[in-house]
Amino acid sequence: MSLPRTLALFLLLIAAPLSAQDAVPPAPYAYTQLEDPAQEAKATALMQTLRCLKCQSQSIADSDAPMAGDMRHQVRSRIAAGQEPAEIRAWLVDRYGDYVSYQPEVSATTWPLFAIPALFFAIALLVLARRLGRERSDDTKAGDAV
Amino acid sequence: MSGAQATSPRNPLNRVWVWVPLILFIGFGALAGFMLTQPKDDLVVSQMVGKPLPAFDLRPATQGLPGASADDFRDGKPRLLNIWASWCLPCIAEAPQLEALKASGVEIVGIAIRDRPEDVATFLERHGNPYSRIGADDRSEVQLELGSSGVPETFVIDGQGIIRHQHIGDIRESDVPTLLEKVREAQ
Amino acid sequence: MLVEIGHAALWLAAALAILQMVSGALALRDAPGEPSPYALYARPAAVVQALLAAVAFATLLHAFAVTDLSVKLVATNSHSMKPFLYKLTGTWGNHEGSMLLWVTVLALSGGLLAFAERRLPERTMSATLAVQGFVALGFYTFLLLSSNPFERLPGPVAEGIGLNPLLQDIGLAVHPPTLYVGYVGLSVAFSLAMGALITREVNPNFAKVMRPWVLGAWVFLTFGITAGSYWAYYELGWGGWWFWDPVENASLMPWLAATALLHSVSVLAARDALRTWTIMLGVVAFSMSMLGTFLVRSGVLTSVHAFAVDPERGTLLLVLLGLYIGGSLAIFALRASSIAEGKRFTATSREGALVVNNVMLCAILAIVLLGTLYPLLTEAFDVRVSVGPPYFNPASAIFAIPMFMVMAVGPLLRWKDDSPARIGPELALLGAIALVAVALVAFLGDYPVLPTLGLALAAALAVAALLPLKGRRLTRVPTATWGMVMAHFGVAVALFGMASESAFTQERLAAIAPGEIEEISGWTVQLESVDPVSGPNWTAMEARLSVSRDGGEPVILRPQARNFWSPAQATSESSLLTRWDGQLYAVIGDAAGVGADGKLRWQLRVWWKPFVTFIWYGGLLIAFGGVLAIVGRVQVDLRRRKAVRVGAERRDEKAALAGSRPAAPEPAE
Repeated sequence: MSLPRTLALFLLLIAAPLSAQDAVPPAPYAYTQLEDPAQEAKATALMQTLRCLKCQSQSIADSDAPMAGDMRHQVRSRIAAGQEPAEIRAWLVDRYGDYVSYQPEVSATTWPLFAIPALFFAIALLVLARRLGRERSDDTKAGDAV
Repeated sequence: MSGAQATSPRNPLNRVWVWVPLILFIGFGALAGFMLTQPKDDLVVSQMVGKPLPAFDLRPATQGLPGASADDFRDGKPRLLNIWASWCLPCIAEAPQLEALKASGVEIVGIAIRDRPEDVATFLERHGNPYSRIGADDRSEVQLELGSSGVPETFVIDGQGIIRHQHIGDIRESDVPTLLEKVREAQ
Repeated sequence: MLVEIGHAALWLAAALAILQMVSGALALRDAPGEPSPYALYARPAAVVQALLAAVAFATLLHAFAVTDLSVKLVATNSHSMKPFLYKLTGTWGNHEGSMLLWVTVLALSGGLLAFAERRLPERTMSATLAVQGFVALGFYTFLLLSSNPFERLPGPVAEGIGLNPLLQDIGLAVHPPTLYVGYVGLSVAFSLAMGALITREVNPNFAKVMRPWVLGAWVFLTFGITAGSYWAYYELGWGGWWFWDPVENASLMPWLAATALLHSVSVLAARDALRTWTIMLGVVAFSMSMLGTFLVRSGVLTSVHAFAVDPERGTLLLVLLGLYIGGSLAIFALRASSIAEGKRFTATSREGALVVNNVMLCAILAIVLLGTLYPLLTEAFDVRVSVGPPYFNPASAIFAIPMFMVMAVGPLLRWKDDSPARIGPELALLGAIALVAVALVAFLGDYPVLPTLGLALAAALAVAALLPLKGRRLTRVPTATWGMVMAHFGVAVALFGMASESAFTQERLAAIAPGEIEEISGWTVQLESVDPVSGPNWTAMEARLSVSRDGGEPVILRPQARNFWSPAQATSESSLLTRWDGQLYAVIGDAAGVGADGKLRWQLRVWWKPFVTFIWYGGLLIAFGGVLAIVGRVQVDLRRRKAVRVGAERRDEKAALAGSRPAAPEPAE
């Protein structure tokens, strides 16, 4: 097949800042933690679920792209200013759409992501009930399929 | 083995379920086939189009030109808002098109992303200056407010400060008439 | 010239694949039991084909080794100044070369199957070889028509473009080839399943033939995923080891299907139950590796910018996918009703537990598939969404948690029928362990639900994995049972590592000047100096970090921020310090400007990740368990063959003793 992991690495190529990019030092909170560990934990949890827009398939917590750094700065400063993670996520979704968040919310476009697993659960129970929920078996009759 | 692999009287449901994987697979094949015919676009479109420009007030990005603020867009005149940077190669490619737009009478406000004043000055010297004002956005704050995900990007803002259109990527020659049209519509 | 020989060998191999396919298929026209004259060609065709594919791959390897810049693939993916090892591994660091490797492995395993497998009825074998030839033919066509690795340039170029620096790592030598062997092993399992389905030979005998291929494929997949995860972990520089990226999911899905298949095929071999289910999983497992190929190489998913994306390739792959998967699912649907499901069993039996786990594994597979394909579906309606860890983790946990619970007790149950009361004490013990673990974690601090549950399940599973050994003479436990114990224990170990990493990781980001000190979880990290260094095709800033734990002896770590010059790219080379209870992970970033004291400061990222290494130790244990299971099965098989031979010799001796009179037939041993 492919080089799955290799490809994941390739993607970084797009993300990795070429040294020729910008010469401005990163925003203060791009590579610096918040003083308060509880706030920093909140910010980290949020950053791990926000998509880096310049890179493919990486969260802003895993990227060296300058824009990811600026987004981390936004997240940390807003958390420090007392905003809730949900507010910050909503603020970004208002600007970039659902694409920016790795955590799909139930909405008109994403409800199947939640309905289908529920269906899987029901099917799994049904299959198990049909296959296992019978009275004692007897070997004389060839049973039904699953 | 429980005798031969003979057919035993079975539940009609089983006859249905054996086809389910095939049906699901055909569905996937149709979707994948359709997607293969679609041009691949990786653009992250801003959700701010149609909404008012968020408030900002940026210091000048270089000497000799004023900075930019959201209030500059509320005087009834449509403008282009160009997100760019001196370190961005496609920005060099779109410089002639920005000149052409300026020559057609469109005012262009620039926002320079993570840039240094001396680099901005050098860029303008080398590739021309189509901007009436350039604000410096050192932390992509305004860029994030606008829902822009890269450089260069160009927004059409109407005279009331409402974002009317977003152009992602560098402006090619073929894009100039479209942008002029959008500016005219925003009158 | 060598390259042309390789190209020709590939065309010849494709021709032999046609012969293998036609010969195997024609043999099916004759009535069962009669030797068919057509069947004669299938086996030799497969064996010679394997040799030809190996020749083709060897010539490409040679072209890369000597950096033959008149070959387009070498010129676009290699560079004369690259270290020799990475020249070789670069052979499969690109689309065409990796496809040739995959086809070569496919031909080699087809050859091995044709050469060594004599236990199946000839008819089933013919059908299997026909399917295998059909699959191989599709990939030869794909390679020769749209991805020819042997294409020459009009004239040689002066220098190659080079290999992506992230791929210039020992990881590339190990990870892709092992994964390919895994995927290809699944294609053999698929061919066998189709052969058995077509010739109506779905029985324990067939399962015993299929099992080593499934186990082998699964061992390689397990190892490949484990190696890939560790590679990404140290190479990407942010300490993440699994991202639920579509390309990662593409390797996880075949593994999930193969895990279900290997348990199901064991039930079929041991108990003659779950016949249709096993065939279905055989088809699904191969479908998943094909699907992964398609998603990764056609460019339909956002994640896959890497290989030069080409709609023609995507279309060809989709056609192949339709032929193999659509075709086999159609045959399955038509034939499944003619296969009796086999022996029955109750819910509280080992088969019952295995069925629960199979269903749960399939549900997890379905979740991963759904989450991976959903963005593709919405894109068809011009809506872009992202599905990431916050979705995959809880959604798969819904099914994984009951699966782990059943996995703990399954091996304790008897085949066919058992009473829950018999294993009551063990159940109580495992429940108590899990509860104590939850209480302990809750006492330590406020941790999220999933990691807490993970730690509790890991503790219970680790004990449960060893319980099947209780009360047995360890020297007499069959090797295959050791394999199961090892693999299940490995799952507990890996789960512990994952949960621990997720719950207890400490992070320290700082901009510091040489001489300054940072503290993290009992570690003292001092930045001694930052100096430029250079390698064969890169330059770097190398930090000298002196780290010590609780005031102990300091150790020097040297993370680097590298700049490669062909192609131009920056990478972070992390530096890891492994201790029994975790890893210290250090990365040096860019210069962060001059501080108030006039000293230049550097971005430093340090993580302390308790027991993170257990993730990969667990993966290795799982793979090792698989190896033991294969060894155990082969041992049993050899012993049985020996017993048959000894029995036959005894008969001969008796016959000789009885004089020239033919001996009366004796009952078999």
